[in-house]
Amino acid sequence: MARTLFQKVWDAHAVRTLANGQTQLLVGTHLIHEVTSPQAFGMMRDLGLKVAMPQRTYATVDHIVPTDQVSEPYADPLADAMIKELRRSCAEFGITFFDRSTGKQGIVHIVGPEQGITQPGTTIACGDSHTSTHGAFGAIAFGIGTTQIRDVLATQTMALGKLKVRRIEVNGRLRPGVYAKDVILHIILSLGVNGGTGYAYEYAGEVFDRFSMEERMTVCNMSIEGGARAGYVNPDETTFAYLKGRPYSPKGAQWDAAVAEWRAVASDPGCAYDDIVRISASDIAPTVTWGINPGQGIPITASIPDPARAASPDERASIEEALAYMKLSPGAPIKGTKIDVAFLGSCTNGRLSDFQEVARFIKGRRVAPGVKAIAVPGSQGVGLLCAELGIDKVFRDAGFEWRNAGCSMCLAMNPDKLVGDQLCASSSNRNFKGRQGSPTGRTLLMSPVMVAAAAVTGSVCDARDVFGVSAN
Amino acid sequence: MALEKITRVAGRAVHVPGNDIDTDRIIPARFMKCVTFDGLGEYLFYDVRRNADGSEKAHPLNEARFKGASILLSGVNFGCGSSREHAPQALQKFGIRAVIAEGFAEIFFGNCVTLGMPCVTASREDILRIAGAVESDPGTEVSIDIAGQSVSFAGRIAKVSIRESARDALVNGRWDPIGELIDGAGDAAKVAKGLRYMVA
Repeated sequence: MARTLFQKVWDAHAVRTLANGQTQLLVGTHLIHEVTSPQAFGMMRDLGLKVAMPQRTYATVDHIVPTDQVSEPYADPLADAMIKELRRSCAEFGITFFDRSTGKQGIVHIVGPEQGITQPGTTIACGDSHTSTHGAFGAIAFGIGTTQIRDVLATQTMALGKLKVRRIEVNGRLRPGVYAKDVILHIILSLGVNGGTGYAYEYAGEVFDRFSMEERMTVCNMSIEGGARAGYVNPDETTFAYLKGRPYSPKGAQWDAAVAEWRAVASDPGCAYDDIVRISASDIAPTVTWGINPGQGIPITASIPDPARAASPDERASIEEALAYMKLSPGAPIKGTKIDVAFLGSCTNGRLSDFQEVARFIKGRRVAPGVKAIAVPGSQGVGLLCAELGIDKVFRDAGFEWRNAGCSMCLAMNPDKLVGDQLCASSSNRNFKGRQGSPTGRTLLMSPVMVAAAAVTGSVCDARDVFGVSAN
Repeated sequence: MALEKITRVAGRAVHVPGNDIDTDRIIPARFMKCVTFDGLGEYLFYDVRRNADGSEKAHPLNEARFKGASILLSGVNFGCGSSREHAPQALQKFGIRAVIAEGFAEIFFGNCVTLGMPCVTASREDILRIAGAVESDPGTEVSIDIAGQSVSFAGRIAKVSIRESARDALVNGRWDPIGELIDGAGDAAKVAKGLRYMVA
């Protein structure tokens, strides 16, 4: 019978049915970081448990690392304690740790693919909701809590209920200046922030066929912002070309065997889906959020919603709450909104192609007076490639601060934070109240090129006008 | 280890209205700089409960009449966003034993079940009825029958629902799956041996 990729991967990793009806699912690859794992290691010690398959867990440090300080101890003693705790736990339990001294450190969702650890047909779990990123390779990848990290460490399995699968097809061609980030913001505003609850999203169609792996990762990354715990793209030649020759990719005869398996794991023609949604690429505009969840977005050419014109009392209340927090006026164009900070980076948009694309446009330009602009490569590897290509210099010459790898101002657990009610044009994934480190800080999500346009003009604007070129 | 069979949660309730209340709001990221979950209760909903100088804002959880409430009432998509278990841990350490909402985000829901904290859904009308009863008398006892999927309050009864796998796990005292997962370790190793990427 024709099966989806999700079903095939699920079947291959299902160990047995548990008493409550959930499945004991084998987690092929486990990724950990410093914020959500220390308590899990504590539970392991308390229960006297050993890590079942230490070679299948990989660790890195990303959330709390300062991006402007490399030497230890870190200025923040709590952050310093966390990195030391992870180092100690990895040593004690025999887990590979991509520490900052290895040159392989970075945001966990950038490091996995970069190292070739993320592979098609695998199951991947990590104590981080953006684990859906790895689905770009045709893996079933999802975020878990800390007690589940304990489960995976102790047994390499976890208890999970099966998800339904919704295929989201985006066909046609994206208009110039429209990026992968706009595609996922558009999907979320179309289907809602909880539209994906209970589903894995299968992204498909001509747009995804043409997308690079990095673009696919940007979309899969934000699946969770639409409520879908996992999102994936069927593996194809683009996937295989990306993985070839990476440190943990299969080699020699193993490579050929792996590619044959990866081809076979893609969804079968004619397989059944629980739901199918079709979106026309030409309907997607450069998109920017105006509110306090990632579904509160509009095309850059549109006006900020007016609660008086809301479709329901619920929508009215949520618009009112968002506008009161964001200090934005109903009915006003979003274009022209003054920004204080521009942030380029995160597991959504902190990869080489993101910085490359922005560098094309900011060369010879300057960040507007009064705007603090920071660019944070997602991994040491991305930083190194940018340096080799002279991209870091383009950013510095334009007035950006060029930083070391980490999550940085996406969630501001390190010193990179908004101050007071600063407004930030951000390439990250969440615009929740207080997300960027100040309880009154404001976040507008957008593509990296839109962030760059806001940085050089000092206000939210249409990058297509500012840069005066077809931006794709 | 024998776990408690959670068939019923009863206590006073507090209504924290709103849709899409995310886990960053439940526990802001800066309070996750810790290596244990101890002490998180004090930071629950911190930025919506406190001003920058630490003084209290108007918030249901700050009201003396709702102190000691163990059942939280809320809206649609409660617990969306980050997978941080710090969110349910902060709720639990604050004294919350169950949440009744119109809907829950997936990862949050799973994290709560694993801690033995039921998350049940109810209709908006019923949640507002419970909230109304609690508003007029904060001492109202709200009692959630997990096994029978109902909630009683102020002499009334309403329907609640919870996913069958979670209901089963709670009422049969197997909400922490670690024992069962360890029992399946041998089977898991066999499945792993059949997967090229786990052997290579």
